[in-house]
Amino acid sequence: MAEATLTSNRLKGLGGTLAKQGILIAFIVFMIGFALFSEKFLTSGNVMTVIRQAAIVGVMAIGVTVVVIGGNLDLSVGSMLSFSTVLVVDLHDKIGPGEAIAVMLVATLVLGALNGFLIGYLRLNSLIVTLGMLSAIQGLTLIYTGGQNVDISHQDTTWFAVFGRGQVFGLPVPILIFAVVAVIVHVVLAYTPYGRRVYAVGGNPMAAVFSGIRRNRVVACSYLISAFCTGIAAVILGSRVMGSQNNVGQGYELLVLAAVILGGTSLLGGSGSVLKTVIGVLILGFIQNGLLLLGYAYYVQWLVTWVVIILAVWLDVAAKRGRLFSPIA
Amino acid sequence: MNAFDTALRVQGIVKTFPAVRALDDVSFDVRPGEVHALLGENGAGKSTLMKVLAGMHRPDQGRIFISEEPAILHSPLEAKRLGVVLIHQELSLAEQMSVAENIFLGELPRKNFGMVDWKKLYADAEAILQRLNCDFGPQTRVEDLSIAKKQMVEIARALTVEAKAVIFDEPTASLTDQEKEVLFDVIRDLQAQGVGIVYISHRMEEIFRISNRISVLRDGTYRGTLETVDTNEDEVTRLMIGRSLDTSRGGKVVSTGPVVLKVENLSCGDLFENVSFSVQAGEVLGFYGLVGAGRTAIAEALFGLRRLSQGKVVLNGQEITITSPRHAVEQGLALVPESRKEQGLVLGMSCRDNMTLPQIGNLTTGPFVSNGGEIAIFDRYRDLLSIKTPGWRQLVGNLSGGNQQKIVIGKWLAMRPKVLIVDEPTRGIDVGSKAEIHNLLRELAADGYAVIVISSEMPEILSVSDRIIAMYRGEITREFTADEVTEDNLVQAISGLS
Repeated sequence: MAEATLTSNRLKGLGGTLAKQGILIAFIVFMIGFALFSEKFLTSGNVMTVIRQAAIVGVMAIGVTVVVIGGNLDLSVGSMLSFSTVLVVDLHDKIGPGEAIAVMLVATLVLGALNGFLIGYLRLNSLIVTLGMLSAIQGLTLIYTGGQNVDISHQDTTWFAVFGRGQVFGLPVPILIFAVVAVIVHVVLAYTPYGRRVYAVGGNPMAAVFSGIRRNRVVACSYLISAFCTGIAAVILGSRVMGSQNNVGQGYELLVLAAVILGGTSLLGGSGSVLKTVIGVLILGFIQNGLLLLGYAYYVQWLVTWVVIILAVWLDVAAKRGRLFSPIA
Repeated sequence: MNAFDTALRVQGIVKTFPAVRALDDVSFDVRPGEVHALLGENGAGKSTLMKVLAGMHRPDQGRIFISEEPAILHSPLEAKRLGVVLIHQELSLAEQMSVAENIFLGELPRKNFGMVDWKKLYADAEAILQRLNCDFGPQTRVEDLSIAKKQMVEIARALTVEAKAVIFDEPTASLTDQEKEVLFDVIRDLQAQGVGIVYISHRMEEIFRISNRISVLRDGTYRGTLETVDTNEDEVTRLMIGRSLDTSRGGKVVSTGPVVLKVENLSCGDLFENVSFSVQAGEVLGFYGLVGAGRTAIAEALFGLRRLSQGKVVLNGQEITITSPRHAVEQGLALVPESRKEQGLVLGMSCRDNMTLPQIGNLTTGPFVSNGGEIAIFDRYRDLLSIKTPGWRQLVGNLSGGNQQKIVIGKWLAMRPKVLIVDEPTRGIDVGSKAEIHNLLRELAADGYAVIVISSEMPEILSVSDRIIAMYRGEITREFTADEVTEDNLVQAISGLS
């Protein structure tokens, strides 16, 4: 560890600041660039739109942040979003909005518990388990719907509309939900014993076990939190669209992971925060929005997002190694 | 005899690391065809010297000569090309590859288009294996070999170059007696071929059997070289520890506290068998033995990390079954593990967070961690153990080894355990902090804790323990009181001789 201290001290001055705050700096440069080219970009209306659209990815990313700090991955959230959205929309007309939400949340938690059992208790590799779950849950969704899209018939009269379309004190409800989830999970991670255990398990699982921490339970719980957040995201998405395709969540798992990584939460576990993830979500949202405003086709986002993520990961490891280029790890 | 006087010679080597002067003006040489034993306590600088010889560390000052030619070694590869090879204590073989591939790794013979010339590879490997009298073929997969045979592969690798000096680091640590004899035969063969051997070991009987000369290091300084035939274990030990071994600690009180922990007939697979002992409040019970003798396994079993196959554990008069570390902690057991960085600490967390980790669930006001409660605990144990840190926010990874170890000890003291088990209390810790931690362990016993200390260092076990249990191959061979223990009978007990 003395070694790590030495290397981190080696990165001093401008280069060091750049590497450590690289993501924030890149964000600011992006914002200024977009603002110069499009006067619409920094209007409060546009900013609200961006955050509202980012809320779904944001809520999910906050849950996944807990998993990643604990030293694992969750790629299953994409198809879990499809499943949960389909379920809540389909049940809405059948059993009523409140009941639909309740049933959907329980079902989503069951999926999260399965992840948690396989990864926490059986100690299987999280990448493989959640990648498998990604495909399994998509299959489950299609079996449930028989391939049919689902929708809500009385879209104008149901109070379910409030989650995706409503406003409170002039603020869109998705933004409020995003904020509330962020604050709650932040408090859990930063100020509760459970949060401390998540950091310990992610930072050094062996030392955590040697300190009497039940690693299995801590990891399993992180997947429950992740699943619950995805359930909430499904409420927002279902309410906004008032219907759902079978694969509506496809690709979300990568956006979510991208946001977590962009924020600077280490994939190795043990460090990171909800605040960082919120920044990552916003960066992602503003980049996509800015590119649209500049008139690029929406698929250009995919390319640019990838470049930004690679850049972020590179700067992150460079800050740890103490140099930008390294022949050996 | 070769034309050269020495196969390998170093002069005035100085090597400093942040915080320690690991080698201070060390000179040392090995003649062709000689076995030169290098002795010293842990931390005396043996490994550092060895790494300097093998090109893994660059010395700050001093010169290296190979066959009397000055050499500057930038890398192990370069050292090997010049004929100096290190046989590691931890083997570094590619398990899934064949013996032949391992022997020539990185320099496989090629034919057209850069394809590997398998015929030549196997033939060359076969020749080397025969030279070592190995009974396995070059196509055997390394993972199918026993540890002793893997070691032979490692030695074979050394012979792919014209070796002038071969350094053995604790080669017999994991060998059976028979395997040891095979190794000694190989060493004698190498000697006969004029190779100089540097032999590092803790085991006196081996050193007196096979070495020609013995050099001793202490605290990074060279203490002298003795002809093996002219010396004896006492003299060597005196050089090693700087005084005659007297075990007096001054003011030792025989413990009269109640028995806190009593275990009967504990067994755990083939790790240890029929182990019975007890610890009283106010005493330090030492466990001494070679690596793999079962000491650490007992500690881990008591702490719920291993399942017992039989036996009874009685804590304060009540029989308990420990199922997990969590459960052990709740019962009042505490384990300072042997590997501080891997098992003891979350290096990326602050000093305070590490210290309060086992009890974080109880340090709450409402659902939240009590900041004041945490800082109070940190402050108390920082002062009690005189931990030097700029503040509680400091990351544990940035502390010195001694202070890190104190954080681990503090973390368990804060739990007010009934039994404190400390495995290798001072591994990798500098000499000053070592004494401090020894005193601390004594003081804890005086305060009424029941303390179990496991150590591989004889001076350590002798200076901190009230009673010593010697282990050999998973069994207790003898129990000593502080009055009856001597270095001789302790060494005998851990070598299965008594």
